[in-house]
Amino acid sequence: MAALAFCAYAADAPYSSTYQAHPGPPTVIRNATVLDGTGRRLDGADVLIRDGKVVAVGPGLDAGDAAVVDAKGRWVTPGLIDVHSHLGVYASPGVNASQDGNEATDPVTAGVWAEHSVWPQDPGFATALAGGVTTLQVLPGSANLIGGRGVTLRNVPATTYQAMKFPGAPQGLKMACGENPKRVYGSRKAAPSTRMGNVAGYRQAFADAQDYQHQQEKYERDLAAYESKQGKDKDKDKDKDAERPEPPKRDLRLETLVAAMKGELQVHIHCYRADEMVTMLDLAREFNFRIAAFHHGVEAYKIADRLAQEGVCGALWSDWWGFKMEAYDGIWENLAFVDAPANGCAIVHSDDADGIQRLNQDAAKGMSRGQRAGLDIPPERAIRWITSNPARALGIADRVGTLEPGKMADVVVWNGNPFSVYALPDLVYVDGAVALDRKAPPKPPASDFLLGQPTGGAR
Amino acid sequence: MNRVIQRLVPGILGALVMLAGTTQAQDVLIRGAKVYTETERGTLENADVLVRNGRIAEVGKGLASGAGVTVIEARGRPLTPGLFGGITALGIEEVSLEPSTVDSSTVYEEARGTAFEPRPEFDVTPAFNPDSVAIGVNRVEGITFAMVAPTALPDGTMFGGQGAVARLDGRTDAFAAASRTLFVDLGASATASSGKSRAAQFMLLEQATRETQPAKPLRDGDARLLTPTGREVLARYLAGGRIAFSVDRAADIRQVLAYSERNGVHPVIIGGAQAWQVAALLAKSHVPVVLDPFLDLPGSFDQLGASLENATRLHQAGVPITFTNFSMPTHAAHKVRHAAGLAVAHGLPWDAALAALTTTPAQVFGLGTELGRIAPGYSADLVLWSGDPLEVTTVAEQVWIEGRSQSMRSRQTELRDRYRPATTPSKP
Repeated sequence: MAALAFCAYAADAPYSSTYQAHPGPPTVIRNATVLDGTGRRLDGADVLIRDGKVVAVGPGLDAGDAAVVDAKGRWVTPGLIDVHSHLGVYASPGVNASQDGNEATDPVTAGVWAEHSVWPQDPGFATALAGGVTTLQVLPGSANLIGGRGVTLRNVPATTYQAMKFPGAPQGLKMACGENPKRVYGSRKAAPSTRMGNVAGYRQAFADAQDYQHQQEKYERDLAAYESKQGKDKDKDKDKDAERPEPPKRDLRLETLVAAMKGELQVHIHCYRADEMVTMLDLAREFNFRIAAFHHGVEAYKIADRLAQEGVCGALWSDWWGFKMEAYDGIWENLAFVDAPANGCAIVHSDDADGIQRLNQDAAKGMSRGQRAGLDIPPERAIRWITSNPARALGIADRVGTLEPGKMADVVVWNGNPFSVYALPDLVYVDGAVALDRKAPPKPPASDFLLGQPTGGAR
Repeated sequence: MNRVIQRLVPGILGALVMLAGTTQAQDVLIRGAKVYTETERGTLENADVLVRNGRIAEVGKGLASGAGVTVIEARGRPLTPGLFGGITALGIEEVSLEPSTVDSSTVYEEARGTAFEPRPEFDVTPAFNPDSVAIGVNRVEGITFAMVAPTALPDGTMFGGQGAVARLDGRTDAFAAASRTLFVDLGASATASSGKSRAAQFMLLEQATRETQPAKPLRDGDARLLTPTGREVLARYLAGGRIAFSVDRAADIRQVLAYSERNGVHPVIIGGAQAWQVAALLAKSHVPVVLDPFLDLPGSFDQLGASLENATRLHQAGVPITFTNFSMPTHAAHKVRHAAGLAVAHGLPWDAALAALTTTPAQVFGLGTELGRIAPGYSADLVLWSGDPLEVTTVAEQVWIEGRSQSMRSRQTELRDRYRPATTPSKP
C-alpha cells in the first residue's frame, strides 16, 4: 500500500523519493536459525514474506504457494543498516572529480544536502549489498561544525539518488566535534581553531536559527492576522492601506537548523571524546534539539550510562584507534560497554566503503570482546547493533530493522553464523525481492563505471 | 567498595608487569595443543612443544618436561607461530596525525629547493621505539613480527627509504639484518614526487640505477640524483638485496618485473591490486606479493581490477603471498588475521592463509630459517589461541616471543578495566 503511494512521485515535492520496490514472489525461507533483530533467536524457524513485507516468523509456517528457500544450516537476519556511510559522496575511484563529501568552505554549511553529491554509479553500493546492507545513511563529512543534511537510501541499483531515497525517512543533520573542524579552519587562520571555537560556532549558528525561527513565526502571525482581517472585511470596504506582510528571505542554513530544533531531522554528531559528547548534550539542551547518535564515539564507553539515560546511540567501530589524539583511547569493548546499560544503544557503523561490507564481522569482534569482559552478549543481542539500533537512530524503526510482521522484507540469508569471518550473504532481499544472489552475481557489474573495465568479473 | 578494589588490584599488577616488559627467559612445555607447525609435518593434534633457551627444542607427543620447565596445558587449543603484522609503521608512528610522533617519512626539498631528491639512504630503524603502545596493542593480538617501513609522501621522494622486520617484544635491537628492504613507491600514488608521470618514475629509477654502476662513470658536471651515500646504499640493494615496490596496476607491475630482470633486483610487490592479472609472470619469476585481501574496490584507476579473489588467484598460480592492512596498517596491524580469514571465505585454502601470516613473510623478508615455523631450531615465537586462529571471535590467550611469555596487557586493557561496567559507576 505504501509502495503504491510512492508511485505518485511526479506530484511530490522536489527532491523527494521516487523509489519503487521491485516485485518479488511470495517466499518462505525454511528451517533457518533466525535472529529477528528484536533480540530473539529462533532455531529451525521459517520466515514468510509476501507483497514486500514480512508476514510471519516461526516454525512450520503454512506458506501456501510461496516459493521455498531451504535454509537448513543457514542463518537469517534483517537486512543490515549502516548509519554512517560516504558512498556516492566519496565514491570509488577516489579521483579529484569525486571529492563531494565535505563542503569545506565554511564551518557551518547546514544548507547543503549530501544527496545532491551522491553518485549512484559508485561501485561501493554493490559491494555493500554483497555484505548484506540494504539501507544506509549517506552523510556529509566532518570538516565542518555543521556539515549539512544526510540522506537515507535503499541499497538498490539506480540512475538517480531519488530512486534510491528511502520513502518518508527523515533526513539527518551532520555535525562534528573536535579535531577535524578546528584543524581544517585553524590551518587557514580562520575560526574555529580551538575546541572552544567549535562550541561557540555551534551556539552562534543555533542562536541565529532561533532568531530566524522567530521571524518566521512573526511573519506567520502577521500573515494570519492580515488574512483574517481581509476575510472579515470581505463584504465591507477592505482596508486598502493594510499591506500584505512580506515573508523573510529564505536562508537554507538556518532552515535546516530550525528543522533540527523542531525534531524534523535526526541529529548525528561526529564526536570522539567523552567530555566533548557531554558538551554536545548540553548544546542540545540549550537549543532544545535531540541527538540521535554520536558517531565514532571512541570514548563512548566512558559515558555509557549517561548515553543510555539520554537515549542517545553510539555508532562505533570495533577496532579503530590511534590515528589521532581523540582516537587514542579506543578499546575493543566500546560497543559492548555502550550496549550494557538498560536502554543502551550500540551501533556498528562503517564510515568507509570497506567496513560497510563487513558490519557483521565488526559486530562479531565487539561481541566476543564484550563476552570476554564478562558481559552476556549472545548473537541475538549483538545483531541489533547492525539492524534495529541503526534503524532507531535513523528514525525508521517502524519499517525496517527487524523481522516483525508488517516490516519491509529486507532479509539476509547467510551461509552460516553471521558472526564469523567466513560468513557471506547467500541471498539478500530488498522489499521481498532478491537483490543479490551470491551464486549468480550480476554480470556485467551494476555500476556503469565498471562496464568495459578490466575488472576480471569477480570483485 | 571492596569489590571495586579487588577488581582493580589485578589491573595494577598487570600494569607493573607491563612496565617491566617481558618476563624472564624460560624453558616451556606447551602440552596438548593443536600445533600448526608450518612444516611438512603439517598440523599435529594433541601435540607438545618444548622450548629451551628461547628456541623450539622438540615437537611431538608425550614430551617430558624436565626440571625448571614451565608447563602450559593447552587443552587442545590451537598453537601457531607468531603472526606477521604486514607493512607497518610500528614503533615509528604513535599517533598518525601528530607529526611530533611520526618518523616514517622524510622530505628534503625545502632544504635544497629541488623538486626531486631521492634518498634511498633514509633508514627508519634508528627511530624505532620498542615501547610504543601500538606495539603492545598488536602483540596481545598475536602479532610478533612486522615490517617497519618508511612511507613515501605524495610530496616527497618515490624512494621511501629502508626498513626492516622488527621483533615486537620490546627489545631495543629489534631488527634482523637479513630483513632489510628498500622501499620504492610507483604508480598513481607517487607521481607528484617524481615528475608527475609514471614514465618519469621509471626514467629516474633507471638514472639512479646507472649512477651506481662503476662501469658507467659520471663526468664532472653531470647532474646526479643520488648523494654518495645514496649511491652506496642503492648499489647494495641492486647487488642481491631486496627492493619492495608499492605498485597496483598490472602494466606497472610488468615494468617493475622488466626493470628488476634488467638489473638483477629481487623485487617484492606491495599492494598489487591487479597482481592476479599478471600472476603467471609473477610466479615464473617467483616474485612475492604483499596484498590487502580486503581491497575489492577501485580506490584509484590503478586498482580497477581489485578483487576479493586476488589472494586465491595468486596462490593458485604459485605466487608467494603475504598480507598487510592498508586501511590502518599500524594501529590495527592485527587486522591481517581478519584479512586472512576473509581470503579463505573467498577461496584461499585455510593452510595457505595461515602460511601467508607466518612462514611466507618470514621467507619473503629473509628470516625463513628463524621465524614462521614450529620446528626444532626455530625461534619460539608462539601464540596460543582461544579457537580457530583466523576467526574474528577468537583471541590470543598467550603469546611467546623467543620463549618468553609476553604480558597480555596493553594500554587498551588498562582502559577496559578502568571502565568495565560491572565495577565502575558512570562518570558523567
